[in-house]
Amino acid sequence: MLRLEVRPQPSKAWGLASPLLALVITVVIGVCLFAALGKDPVRGLQVFFWEPIKSPYALSELMVKATPLLIIALGLAVCFRSNVWNIGAEGQYILGAIFAAGVALTADKSTGPWIVPAVLAAGVLGGLLWAGITALLRDRFNANEILVSLMLVYVAVQVLNYLVYGPWKDPMGYNFPQTKTFERVTQIPRLMDGSRVNIGLLMALGGVVAVWLFLFRTRAGYAQIVGGLAPAAARYAGFSSRRALWTALLISGGAAGLAGALEVAGPIGQLTPYVPAGYGFAAIIVAFVGRLHPVGIVFSAILMSMFYIGGELAQSRLGLPKSITGVFQGLLLFALLACDTLIAYRLVWKK
Amino acid sequence: MEPTALLIAATLNAGTVLAIAALGLLINEKAGIVNLGAEGMMLCAALAGFATVVHTGSTLLGFVAGMAAGAALSAIFGVLVIWLNTNQYATGLALSLFGAGFSAFAGTRFVQEKLPEQVVHAIPVLADIPFLGNALFRHHPMVYACVALTLGLIWFLYRTRAGLVLRSVGESPESAHALGYPVRRIRLMAVMAGGALCGLAGAYVSTVYTPLWVEGMIAGKGWIALALTTFATWRPARVLLGAYLFGGVTMLQFHLQGIGVNLPSQLLTMLPYLATVVVLVLISRNPTWIRVNMPGSIGKPFYPGS
Repeated sequence: MLRLEVRPQPSKAWGLASPLLALVITVVIGVCLFAALGKDPVRGLQVFFWEPIKSPYALSELMVKATPLLIIALGLAVCFRSNVWNIGAEGQYILGAIFAAGVALTADKSTGPWIVPAVLAAGVLGGLLWAGITALLRDRFNANEILVSLMLVYVAVQVLNYLVYGPWKDPMGYNFPQTKTFERVTQIPRLMDGSRVNIGLLMALGGVVAVWLFLFRTRAGYAQIVGGLAPAAARYAGFSSRRALWTALLISGGAAGLAGALEVAGPIGQLTPYVPAGYGFAAIIVAFVGRLHPVGIVFSAILMSMFYIGGELAQSRLGLPKSITGVFQGLLLFALLACDTLIAYRLVWKK
Repeated sequence: MEPTALLIAATLNAGTVLAIAALGLLINEKAGIVNLGAEGMMLCAALAGFATVVHTGSTLLGFVAGMAAGAALSAIFGVLVIWLNTNQYATGLALSLFGAGFSAFAGTRFVQEKLPEQVVHAIPVLADIPFLGNALFRHHPMVYACVALTLGLIWFLYRTRAGLVLRSVGESPESAHALGYPVRRIRLMAVMAGGALCGLAGAYVSTVYTPLWVEGMIAGKGWIALALTTFATWRPARVLLGAYLFGGVTMLQFHLQGIGVNLPSQLLTMLPYLATVVVLVLISRNPTWIRVNMPGSIGKPFYPGS
């Protein structure tokens, strides 16, 4: 019978190989799924893995989608490493978008370009506040952060709906539930003509460096990691678990809020009920597949962005529902968790 | 009078959905396993149940399909966390994300489908009592079955040997293992029983409670059910009462609108989620209260011989 045996040391090699094996497993299941649905599997693979990278324009769209995923997942990596289970990044993202929209809507013809930093700062503030509620309730009342942060996602969606169906609805918008289009001056500056990539990408890459430095080169980051791995050791070392909780939630909330601001004042350009696109949930998978390591997360964010674009193409080219993206996202995380077993255990054959 | 009777009836109906799912999760947690995949299982089961009723016309078969879907998905979860020692939170989350994606994907062609006309349920004689008849005796049999399930679970957990073994596995798997009980197999059975009940709740939603299929139609009920087990401090009777309480909060929004309270509908839709947060805060603020009642090894992996 096949049995698992504990390795004396966790395997470094499997730590890197496991996400790749998980991707292979997901692709194999995907191919079977395409075949079962009577679609050409080669065409399916093309749509997911070739079309999104085949031209400079496609690549730039890939980056547009990868940016919010990357920013949110970086924050979540700090959170999960601290063993704080914030799964409500989607709600923090929505609040970031709402706060950013609130500032963007004040702009008029005479507003100067200072509005862009103000929009982004408002977004961060929105995310901070929303994650701060979870932190406060956990810290003061010991309320489970998984459930609280998730419930706040549903609340955030309703706050968004209230605003776009109510006070913020564009009076000239033919009664559509959306705000007026933001003034041009609030538009997040683009990096080049002819593509929608904006400075959000640079901020995301800056975030990669910042999170790497924080986690691996500062005392505070070290305290987060130790607190997550061995709470008793952290206590003994005098690292405050309350401080770690607040740090983790505020970093991830602020990051998610920033992503929301970049999205609403960037590619979207107005507040609509379609702002929540599931990035907050997908980023959880991005963080895990990227090994909770800033550099790994860059690759997993690009992969997840491919899933998003592939899903849209699968809808238009192959006539499959766009939600196929969600199927692959879930499968990838399942496969990764199963493969991760090989890091701490090895398979042995025993009678 | 009559609006109040209807509010009570709607409350019991809404509470039944939450109670069935939460009782299933309670079985899991009594065995030491937290399954955050409830929402995903309920979504897939809702679709499985709905599709079955569309094809066969039998609500009963729909329930069976929902339970089978829930049990099958929870079996995958169970094998991962019990045999491969994966993190319970992450794996449950994977199940919720996968369930949401898969049900949306597989359910696209059922969005326009309609179910056969609902049978009117009324208990003879009792249903004609003024007020009480409308409030209590015109329900789908599942509402009564749910009360029976609660009583049955109390009897099973606290009055049978099997229930004692199940609880011992959740309190101290090492001791149960040392006594020769197959801890992992018992945990898997508990996980699958919980999955089947979540599935039943999901199928009830899509075939009886709101007989239709739309993407994401469970709308957080799985997560609220998870919160309910904590709220109830892992006692079946309190799970049932808590579920009715939450059902009442859910239904209050329609009642308030009915009597002309002029609040934005979004604020009312928020109520059950806000109530969940408030209730979690109230119940969790006393750590000993939680610690005394919580299964000792909840959320902790057990691997014999390690």
